[in-house]
Amino acid sequence: MSEKKRLDLEYSQLESDRMRINVGPQHPSTHGVLRLEVEIEGEIVTEVVPHLGYLHRSFEKHCEKMTYPQIIPYIDRIDYIAAMNNEWPYVMAMEKLMGIQIPEKVEFIRVIMAELNRIANHQIAVATFGLDAGAFTPFLFFFRDREYIIWILEKMSGARLLYNYFRIGGLAGDVYPGFKEDCLNIVKQVRKTNAEVMDLLIYNRIFIQRTANVGILPADVAINYACSGPVLRGSGVKYDLRKDETYSIYNRFDFDIPVGTGEVGTLGDCWDRNMVRVNEMEQSCRIIEQAIAQMPDEGDVQSAIPKRIKPPVGEVYMRAENPKGDLGFYIVSNGTDKPERVKARGTSFVNLSVIPEISKGYMFADLILILGSIDIVLGEVDR
Amino acid sequence: MENVNFIYDLLGKNFIAIILVISLPLMFVLVYALAAILAELKVSAWIQERLGPMRTGPWGILQPIAEVVKLIQKEDITPDKANKPLYNLAPFIIFTGAYAAFAVIPFSEYFVPAGINLGLFYVFAVGSISAIGLVMGGWASNNKYSLMGAMRSVAQLISYEIPAAMAILSIVVLASTMNMQEINKLQSGWFWNWFIFGGPGSITKIWVIPFTIGLSLIYFISSLAETNRVPFDIPEGESELVAGFHTEYSGMKFAMFFFAEYANMFIVAAILATIFLGGWNSPFDTFMQGPIWGAFWFISKAFSVVFVQIWLRWTLPRFRVDQLMYVGWKVLLPISFVCFLAVSLFVMLK
Repeated sequence: MSEKKRLDLEYSQLESDRMRINVGPQHPSTHGVLRLEVEIEGEIVTEVVPHLGYLHRSFEKHCEKMTYPQIIPYIDRIDYIAAMNNEWPYVMAMEKLMGIQIPEKVEFIRVIMAELNRIANHQIAVATFGLDAGAFTPFLFFFRDREYIIWILEKMSGARLLYNYFRIGGLAGDVYPGFKEDCLNIVKQVRKTNAEVMDLLIYNRIFIQRTANVGILPADVAINYACSGPVLRGSGVKYDLRKDETYSIYNRFDFDIPVGTGEVGTLGDCWDRNMVRVNEMEQSCRIIEQAIAQMPDEGDVQSAIPKRIKPPVGEVYMRAENPKGDLGFYIVSNGTDKPERVKARGTSFVNLSVIPEISKGYMFADLILILGSIDIVLGEVDR
Repeated sequence: MENVNFIYDLLGKNFIAIILVISLPLMFVLVYALAAILAELKVSAWIQERLGPMRTGPWGILQPIAEVVKLIQKEDITPDKANKPLYNLAPFIIFTGAYAAFAVIPFSEYFVPAGINLGLFYVFAVGSISAIGLVMGGWASNNKYSLMGAMRSVAQLISYEIPAAMAILSIVVLASTMNMQEINKLQSGWFWNWFIFGGPGSITKIWVIPFTIGLSLIYFISSLAETNRVPFDIPEGESELVAGFHTEYSGMKFAMFFFAEYANMFIVAAILATIFLGGWNSPFDTFMQGPIWGAFWFISKAFSVVFVQIWLRWTLPRFRVDQLMYVGWKVLLPISFVCFLAVSLFVMLK
């Protein structure tokens, strides 16, 4: 059959009023190499099917061939925007498995690093969400501030994005002189920019019109889909592992869990999810301030690192509050220096699964905003 | 009324003079487009606390030239399944529409390329030519995003032309002429003679001033939508439609779209400056009034409007397509009708 004839046949079988389009993997606002197969009727989305796997790097299989400390750099590459937060549940799981008591100073530095990285992650999330809505200027404001945070993390670990800083039982290095002042300056700068962005973006009339009452995720649906992090809290569920399943030294700090309130629209809409992130930046600032004040100056951050890492036979699951939700690692040890199995519970993967549920019936432009409000990183979806 | 045109006065109405008259606005468009691209780069940089381009030339002022050179060098790609004649024609039609409107823009007291009596009507007529180009480009690209962008942009152009036309019609009622040069001459004197402040007249015009200011705002908002600028850049909303109707275009054809966009920005700014802001008139009676100063005042007024367009682009998020229609049909159109009635009433009572 000739090319022309075959095409005619195909077209005659198609419905005339619906159009299937591929959003991605080279689309500017899929936040990575995600492909959404979208069926639209005019401008209304009738069906969304996410296709994954464009960034699959076979993380879990790789882990089985490497020693425990060698795995840490790979973990950075899961959610490359919040690498410090990624390393934490893994090293905590290993410490739990091997029964290591870590020095107090290490805990403080870990908390500060994780919270700084949480701020950096939320800055990207809010910035790109604004970009999806067409506002370019807040994007650059946030990226300017994020640069200062990256500088601190770079001075601490030597890398800008993939830090490889946490060690099983300690850290790669101690704080540098002037670290506390830098952190306090960052906190000041983050608050200043947030106040500015509140006027410029968050309470902008057009932005509210675009995001309020769009992509409503009811609390029960969010729980059924096992959503976590700001996606779940945006629906009004007060669930945060830092409070509910306190790990490390989070019980020593005074901070709140921001939840969605439905302030400008319905509870659980895109605006709420975004607002939770903005509020969480403020809470992270509070934690950093308290941690800086309480942090001991003395102490060796490497004293508890074991010489040989060879955990006993057994299995362990540990999870921590990642900026995007709870990230967990399930590790099975067979008594050698290499794990039998490492399973990661990727937050973005779980949160992404809710997209087909909440984006039906909205306009095509809303679909992009809903995707942006979920805040996914494809490295974590595909692993 | 005899149209004054300094080139015809100097050379007589012969072939060379006509060519000169035609090419003068073209040269202006090219120079202006470079200046506007630089302004866009620099203003966006200042708004975002950056420096903007700094490497090409002193303070980066040669950056637009570098970009044009880059675009000329780029490969000109035509997609395999595109409808080639329409695909290649579309950018030129869009640019023609934008450039044709320059024919009636009065740059100065002594220079208007063609001072026809239906000047404002003509501007609206040729302004709609670009819609044809948009649909052609979007459809011929054989790309779903382009098609959606083209559909949206035509819907947008049509719905926003009505409030814009109502705004201009009100001024036509006030001025009782459609000749842009005549409208300019009516507004001479101090700045309170401008049509944004009710036009020339005694103190009794004071109650019509809010309506004329409202009309100028309606025209400005509609003109943003007509030129596809933020917050109405839905046809090319990059986060949804990649680049809208010009997704598939590259190289010089893309540059034509680019030039047409900036030329269109100037056209709407020039109309706003002419019919609301006194055109080439000095704001201060005879101070700095004259043919050369006229060009200065006109271009600086139009540029100020272009600056506001750029400023808005880097401040506001984008509307959604249904919200855009809502604003056009349910907000701007009724208000423009009310203003039109008020202005008509004022003219009847006068």
